[in-house]
Amino acid sequence: MAPPAQSQRTQSPSQPSGKGEVSDLKTQLRQLAGSRAPGVDDSKRELFKKVISYMTIGIDVSSVFGEMVMCSVTPDIVLKKMCYLYVGNYAKVNPDLALLTINFLQRDCKDQDPMIRGLALRSLCSLRVANLVEYLVGPLGLGLKDSNSYVRTVAVIGVLKLYHISASTCIDEEFPLTLKHLMLNDPDAQVVANCLTALQEIWSAEASNSEDASREREALISKPVIYYFLNRMRVFSEWAQCIVLELVGKYVPSDNNEIFDIMNLLEDRLQHANGAVVLATIKVFLHLTLSMNDVHQQVYERIKAPLLTLVSSGSPEQSYAVLSHLHLLVMRAPFIFASDYKHFYCQYNEPSYVKKLKLEMLTAVANESNTYEIVTELCEYAANVDIPIARESIRAVGKIALQQYDVNAIVDRLLQFLEMEKDYVTAEALVLVKDLLRKYPQWSHDCIAVVGSISSNNVQEPKAKAALIWMLGEYSQEMHDAPYILESLIENWDDEHSAEVRLHLVTAVMKCFFKRAPETQKALGAALSAGLADFHQDVHDRALFYYRLLQYNASVAESVVNPPKQAVSVFADTQSSEIKDRIFDEFNSLSVVYQKPSYMFTDKEHRGPFEFSDELGNLSIGAEAAENVAPALMVEANDKDLLLSTSEKEEIKGPAYNGSAYSAPLYDASSPSVSSLSMQSELAISNPISAGNASPSIFAIDDLLGLVPATAPAPLPPQVKLNSKAALDPGTFQQKWRQLSLALSQDFTISPQGVAALTTPQTLLRHMQGHSIHCIASGGQSPNFKFFFFGQKAEESSNYLVECIINTSSAKAQIKIKADDQTTSQAFSDLFQSALSKFGSS
Amino acid sequence: MISQFFVMSQRGDNIVFRDYRGDVQKGSAEIFFRKVKFWKEDGQEEAPPVFNADGVNYFHVKVVGLLFVATTRVNLSPSLVLELLQRIARVIKDYLGVLNEDSLRKNFVLVYELLDEVIDFGYVQSTSTEVLKSYVFNEPIVIDAARLQPLGPASIFMQGTKRMPGTAVTKSVVANEPGGRKREEIFVDIIEKISVTFSSSGYILTSEIDGTIQMKSYLTGNPEIRIALNEDLGIGKGGRSIYDYRSSSGSGAVVLDDCNFHESVRLDSFDTDRTLSLIPPDGEFPVMNYRMTQEFKPPFRINTLIEEAGPLKAEVIIKVSAEFSSSITANTIVVEMPLPKYTTRVSFGLEPGAAGQRTDFKEATKRLEWGLKKIVGGSEHTLRAKLTFSQETHGNITKESGPVNMTFTIPMYNASRLQVKYLQIAKKSSTYNPYRWVRYVTQANSYVARI
Repeated sequence: MAPPAQSQRTQSPSQPSGKGEVSDLKTQLRQLAGSRAPGVDDSKRELFKKVISYMTIGIDVSSVFGEMVMCSVTPDIVLKKMCYLYVGNYAKVNPDLALLTINFLQRDCKDQDPMIRGLALRSLCSLRVANLVEYLVGPLGLGLKDSNSYVRTVAVIGVLKLYHISASTCIDEEFPLTLKHLMLNDPDAQVVANCLTALQEIWSAEASNSEDASREREALISKPVIYYFLNRMRVFSEWAQCIVLELVGKYVPSDNNEIFDIMNLLEDRLQHANGAVVLATIKVFLHLTLSMNDVHQQVYERIKAPLLTLVSSGSPEQSYAVLSHLHLLVMRAPFIFASDYKHFYCQYNEPSYVKKLKLEMLTAVANESNTYEIVTELCEYAANVDIPIARESIRAVGKIALQQYDVNAIVDRLLQFLEMEKDYVTAEALVLVKDLLRKYPQWSHDCIAVVGSISSNNVQEPKAKAALIWMLGEYSQEMHDAPYILESLIENWDDEHSAEVRLHLVTAVMKCFFKRAPETQKALGAALSAGLADFHQDVHDRALFYYRLLQYNASVAESVVNPPKQAVSVFADTQSSEIKDRIFDEFNSLSVVYQKPSYMFTDKEHRGPFEFSDELGNLSIGAEAAENVAPALMVEANDKDLLLSTSEKEEIKGPAYNGSAYSAPLYDASSPSVSSLSMQSELAISNPISAGNASPSIFAIDDLLGLVPATAPAPLPPQVKLNSKAALDPGTFQQKWRQLSLALSQDFTISPQGVAALTTPQTLLRHMQGHSIHCIASGGQSPNFKFFFFGQKAEESSNYLVECIINTSSAKAQIKIKADDQTTSQAFSDLFQSALSKFGSS
Repeated sequence: MISQFFVMSQRGDNIVFRDYRGDVQKGSAEIFFRKVKFWKEDGQEEAPPVFNADGVNYFHVKVVGLLFVATTRVNLSPSLVLELLQRIARVIKDYLGVLNEDSLRKNFVLVYELLDEVIDFGYVQSTSTEVLKSYVFNEPIVIDAARLQPLGPASIFMQGTKRMPGTAVTKSVVANEPGGRKREEIFVDIIEKISVTFSSSGYILTSEIDGTIQMKSYLTGNPEIRIALNEDLGIGKGGRSIYDYRSSSGSGAVVLDDCNFHESVRLDSFDTDRTLSLIPPDGEFPVMNYRMTQEFKPPFRINTLIEEAGPLKAEVIIKVSAEFSSSITANTIVVEMPLPKYTTRVSFGLEPGAAGQRTDFKEATKRLEWGLKKIVGGSEHTLRAKLTFSQETHGNITKESGPVNMTFTIPMYNASRLQVKYLQIAKKSSTYNPYRWVRYVTQANSYVARI
């Protein structure tokens, strides 16, 4: 009795509340502990309940530990359960006291009643105290062999708990092997399912330091194991089915017949009322058919109805989870859902997180035939009382307009928004009209007439004001009072709090000046002097820059600030296709809801219980680092001409700051390349050291690769060794690709394994990165993929640029190589081909 | 796997809190509550059911005002966790008969018992009331259902007509009845939620029915049950014969877009005679969910007229007509309409002799509310509201008000015409004749008329 009493005394000063009650409980418990009076169990129950309820609301009741343990010597199972709960909660913080419980728990593990055996074993394993591990091994071993399936299910999870307390004990006792045996032989489905979960977690954690473990992990997705599970699918509970389906999704069938067999077997799972089962099944279907274009499309058609049913049944929360996945699919293949647009109409009472998703889906599925109806519907929402949704709706209308369907009607609608006289509607519409004009300058006449009638006083939001000012500058010729509006805005310079607006103002006045000099001269002077005196660095610098430009030569200034410009044809996507593909790879996980791949929101160790691709995870982090060097790498590259889309992005970035950036693509493009070049040289210097320290494995691969050409029988070609951390920004890549002449063009075939592995461009990117060949842009869908790679010599910054087109249905690859140093291009080509030939086999 | 599970009251205190993995900090409940409460500063948006804060993922569902929450650090399937949370709520309801803060507080030890068996070390073990029954030993403390607010869609049967036993849906599946013997009965509820959007000219823009056949069985010995649906029921868009020219709104076949089924349902003869067979597990569960976009006759028509009466005044006339049989009565009807922001005063005029109606102008949200206790089929009701504005309207009233939204419940009515033709229980003996209740109810999900 002494130790717990003492510990209470030392703790008591820091105990914030419930102190009196707790010590009351303590005395009462002590009185009951030895009593055998009739009805004592009932009083015990009441007291235990009090203890647990204090525990729940956060009062520290660890001081009654000793008394609780004493009272738990009872045949009453309800009391036992409460005591187990209590002990599990406090054992970790009171390891010494936990020892007190071992005795009775161990005794209960041998009880007649399987229920008690199971409960005791579960509690024993839940103590989470490292120095009690020795007491666990015996009962666990017996539990796994117990004749009762309840005890076995508990014991299997117990092994996993043991692994987390002491991995070495768990491995040394060969518990995983026992689990493996149980998994393949136990008659009880829940025991089997628990074995699978436990083994997945254990092998995944072990795989990084043991080859056996990673082999075992691979064995889980081998054909016999997968078929074993598939054939028993129906005996598993719905939750266990989810785990099995997740596993099946990792399996790579050997041929199409196998794929169809699996799909036919799982077909009825799509009719399940549990959304988690359906989504897990869909994931299997989608991933199995990635390489079969037409079947893949059929899968989309097939899963449409079940998904829509799940969205409309169940709670709003469940339907949100499913809707997020539907959203992802709609974004990937909008045309398949084009006729279902009515399902994406917002309902009156839906929460805004649902409405937002639906608006995006409506935007995506708009095409020639449904645009009119969709836009009509969206216009209804614009008048909605829910202001954030009204704003989103207007933006959606704008986005649809930029997709080029039925622009005529949409422009009219947008202009009607401007006449609605609600500030937020006007604000959103102005921003949209600006973007619209950048894409369709031919509409300027209609738009300008309406925009001109808006009083700048009614526009307060910075983004909208900036848009209005941009239009004033851009179309000062057509809007006859433009100079005077600008002038009045400049008069109120000091009241303008947004630097963005002031920046636009300076530029707009400049543009206006070049068109209508006499009327604007005064305003320009005022704007430049106000700008020079501005406390905001960017505004100041821009004003000074303009001032100097004008001083130097007015016509040069005009060509810089107001050059003739081309309409923007495609606006940059906010997310790269690579990121989107990665989210798709992680279908049926939080990545889809957050719209981010998992590495952006989880630590590596938590990436997922089913995450098999640890090595890939490492690589992708490496790839991230490379992306940081050249952020512009994230280029939407679905277009036929990847390089063009890069250049467009440059152009689009400009106007967000200021129209003048249009004139300076050269300047823009060279500045990042300067910085990245300097980083490159730094990297080159530090490379051997860091490579030696941090990633010996990568280094070793480099060496191996370096030897490949050397061992070839050909008359010793010049050797190429690549820098594993090469960096090149898209601008420089593009420039070089234009400048350099074609060094080499070759066609060759790809191994069948390579073809099978090339389901998305990402898989190849990661593979090539392991060979120090980096990708700058990629695109396409099965069967046609297109990549732009580059490699860099380890010793000097001499680059190899590669355009690689792969057709998976004919298994042909075509590469074009350009190089700074043409003499080594054949050697690089050999290296490239050998790297490519290894793809899929590793 | 799940790290923690807890149930929180609306005020933010824990009713139960269970930590399964110990890898998320103890203060997570507080962090969660603060996040949910102050999701956006303007309070206009509610927190999504799933979010990430400092590497911890929080999932939550709201059930009868309580927050059921799970946390994890792992990239789990959101659908799985949300489904699980909902299922835990249902299992608890099966046990306690009534799920609310009071019953949960009274029975928290039992809930802990359940949680121990539902999840072990973060992995789901079982959510079947039937299976769990053998592992849970606390007797539920049943609270008096009479004083409680109704909950869930099936709750309408509690106040409804005399033909239905009021206590059924609030009866615990496991608790013993006072007499020691349980009443042998089974409930099959066809619950339909309808969504209709009318254009300003009264034309139906979109319509959808989301239905559930829900079952709750109190039968002992798990007899097999057969449910027969409409024989000519079609499923899928291709389900209807192209020669069927009898259009959907008439007497033609019921065609569902899609449906799904509970695990226990066997569909062996579904394709031939549209019967489902199953051995119902204990507790409440959906036998079948279905979705239908086939046109149907909407139960109510809404006409709205706005007339300007001078620069600062206008009159709104809303007419609701019930287009269903006079043997059926809709109840708890609320008609709602947002008014222009500059509305300062509204005076209402009800039709002469109106009973059981109330009107309200919500100053803060500028909404008009019209509540009706019941509407008998075939009848018509009108509301006149005179609005006074603080500024001139510029003839824009229609753009700045509306749409009209309506909520209602109609017992013994179903819009889809999907029917349970018969409910057959495998007989154990000739005297075995349990009570069977097949009940229909239609509720408004989103019933909107634009103006």
